[in-house]
Amino acid sequence: MTLKLSLDIAITHLLARKKQSIVAMLGVTFGISMFLVMISFMTGVNKFLNDLALDNSPHIRIYNPIKTDRLTILDEMAATKAPNQKGMNVVYHQRPKNELPNIDKGMKLVRIIEKMPEVLGVSPQVGTQVFYNNGPIQVSGTISGTDIVKENALYNLKSKMEDGNIEGLLFNPEGIIIGSGLAKKINAKTGDRISITTPYGNTLLLKVVGIFSFGIATVDDTKSYASIATVQKILQKDPSYITDIHIKLKDYQKSKVMAAELNRMFGFKTEDWETANAAFFAGDQIRYVMTAVVSITLLVVAGFGIYNIMNMHILNKIKDIAILKAMGFEGKDIIATFLMQSVIIGILGGLLGISIGYFFSYLISQTPFPEAGFLKITTFPVNFDPRFYVAGVFFGFVTTLFAGYFPALKASKIDPVAIIRG
Amino acid sequence: MVLKATNIIKYFHEPEDFQVLKGLNFTVDKGTFLSIVGKSGCGKSTLLYILSSMDTDYEGQLEINGQLLTGKSQNELARFRNQNLGFVFQFHYLLPEFSALKNVMLPAMKLGRFSKEEIENTAMEKLRLVGMEDYALKMSSKLSGGQQQRVAIARALVNNPAIIMADEPTGNLDKANSIKVFDIFMELTSKGQTIIAVTHDNEFAEKSHRIIEMSDGKIVRS
Ligand SMILES: Nc1ncnc2c1ncn2[C@@H]1O[C@H](COP(=O)(O)OP(=O)(O)O)[C@@H](O)[C@H]1O
Ligand SMILES: [Mg+2]
Repeated sequence: MTLKLSLDIAITHLLARKKQSIVAMLGVTFGISMFLVMISFMTGVNKFLNDLALDNSPHIRIYNPIKTDRLTILDEMAATKAPNQKGMNVVYHQRPKNELPNIDKGMKLVRIIEKMPEVLGVSPQVGTQVFYNNGPIQVSGTISGTDIVKENALYNLKSKMEDGNIEGLLFNPEGIIIGSGLAKKINAKTGDRISITTPYGNTLLLKVVGIFSFGIATVDDTKSYASIATVQKILQKDPSYITDIHIKLKDYQKSKVMAAELNRMFGFKTEDWETANAAFFAGDQIRYVMTAVVSITLLVVAGFGIYNIMNMHILNKIKDIAILKAMGFEGKDIIATFLMQSVIIGILGGLLGISIGYFFSYLISQTPFPEAGFLKITTFPVNFDPRFYVAGVFFGFVTTLFAGYFPALKASKIDPVAIIRG
Repeated sequence: MVLKATNIIKYFHEPEDFQVLKGLNFTVDKGTFLSIVGKSGCGKSTLLYILSSMDTDYEGQLEINGQLLTGKSQNELARFRNQNLGFVFQFHYLLPEFSALKNVMLPAMKLGRFSKEEIENTAMEKLRLVGMEDYALKMSSKLSGGQQQRVAIARALVNNPAIIMADEPTGNLDKANSIKVFDIFMELTSKGQTIIAVTHDNEFAEKSHRIIEMSDGKIVRS
């Protein structure tokens, strides 16, 4: 079997110049381990942020935005006239109407949506901006009136409680659960009384029954939960008044489609998870592209290293190649012999690369995260996806195949007489 | 008749156009020990490379074992050489990373007709023939010039080729070893193999079956 013979010669050649072979191999090892560490870490971070965003935001939010772009009455009248009769109607700086941002028949909607097969859970909310006061301190933020049981089903609030418990809201009509950052700002503990003031000037005294922490500063520093009735009361609205409906789906990837569907069905504005986190996704893409660019660069550099080493090697072995051909080795045998050398370098380098890559990824995954209090995370997030490891070995193989092919082709074209004649 | 050369003409174009071989015609019978002699530079080696099928850049026709080699592709010629020709170069060319034994085995492994054990036995037998069996496992780069030359001869014999071509096969050998190599070649002809050896050792040539003398790219005595 000629291939076996080529392999035999290839291995002998590799072993005869161990140092060069090892240097070439380490080039591949370096490229692939860097690729693995980077892609595992980057996607780990992406996935972590993803989960965080996914965990703490609704897949779909239904709300009723206050329109500022409504037509003036003059425009409306103008639109009914024929175009050539259009007069000049100018209204400067139109103000929004005092519209109620509520979802009409919201509770009925909730019951309809809850029955949809794609839906995991629905939580109606009534939200408003408020000032929190504890003594002289005033902090602005938002309050969500929620059905705490439904909200818990959506966001697993229980697991995010630092102090107190969510059931406090069920039994205490004056209860409020506040974010950990907010609690610090207004210096409030569970059991304390704080007063909240709405933009309309209504004030209510509430009792802190719990403190939560999502691990997202913008939420923990501003948000609080109370029962729907409590917030309706402070807004002086009737018990059907709902401003937001939060929906979680069984499959979050259907968010966009479902959001459009709900909008079509009910006419209210719907916002899906992806759109709400668009900025975050842009960062995601940039991180992926960066990883790819750096990894490919490293592998190309490793490829050039192998290309050079193989070229030099073939120059050194030019006499041997002439002899092999004189003895009857064909062009394809010569190609196989030298291609195998670089592919062996590639595969060994790749395997070592994934071991080292795994090792460093593991180290990173065990490294304590410095800002542990800010995000709910103790060590760096690393994604150990086996596909990356397969890709690593595959890239190493392909790179060395290319890097070795051209020198090997050159070797196969060597004219034995020209060499042997001397 | 094992070889037939018809009107072989060869030019070199570097450094200037120069006709080395000026129309050579000859045949070689099976089992002949043929010596090609002539002054240095008359074109002996050039002719031998054409006969060995490695050099394809010539005019005329070459036939070996009834097969027309002229015009065949490089890969076909490589296979042909592997099966039918053994070659001993002027400068003993062994593969330095391999043992003497492995060097001898390589053409047989390429041929792929026998198992590894059979090939090893044949190779050892050929090494014994040239008196190198004690050095079989030594790295070829660790052997002396004369020893390497003998291993190269063993390698040329391993596939039992119809023709063995040798360019100055005794050039690097002392008197005793030269005689030994001559005897080996002579012995092979008695078994039907053909030897074509370029030499400037007149004593060596005189003892062979037949001499072709060249001068300035022509055959002057045959
Ligand atoms: N590669 C070459 N290019 C140009 N001229 C060559 C080449 N090889 C040999 N020659 C010339 O061809 C002639 C014959 O060379 P060669 O066959 O080696 O002679 P010999 O083996 O009889 O000593 C010499 O004049 C030599 O200089
Ligand atoms: Mg010569």
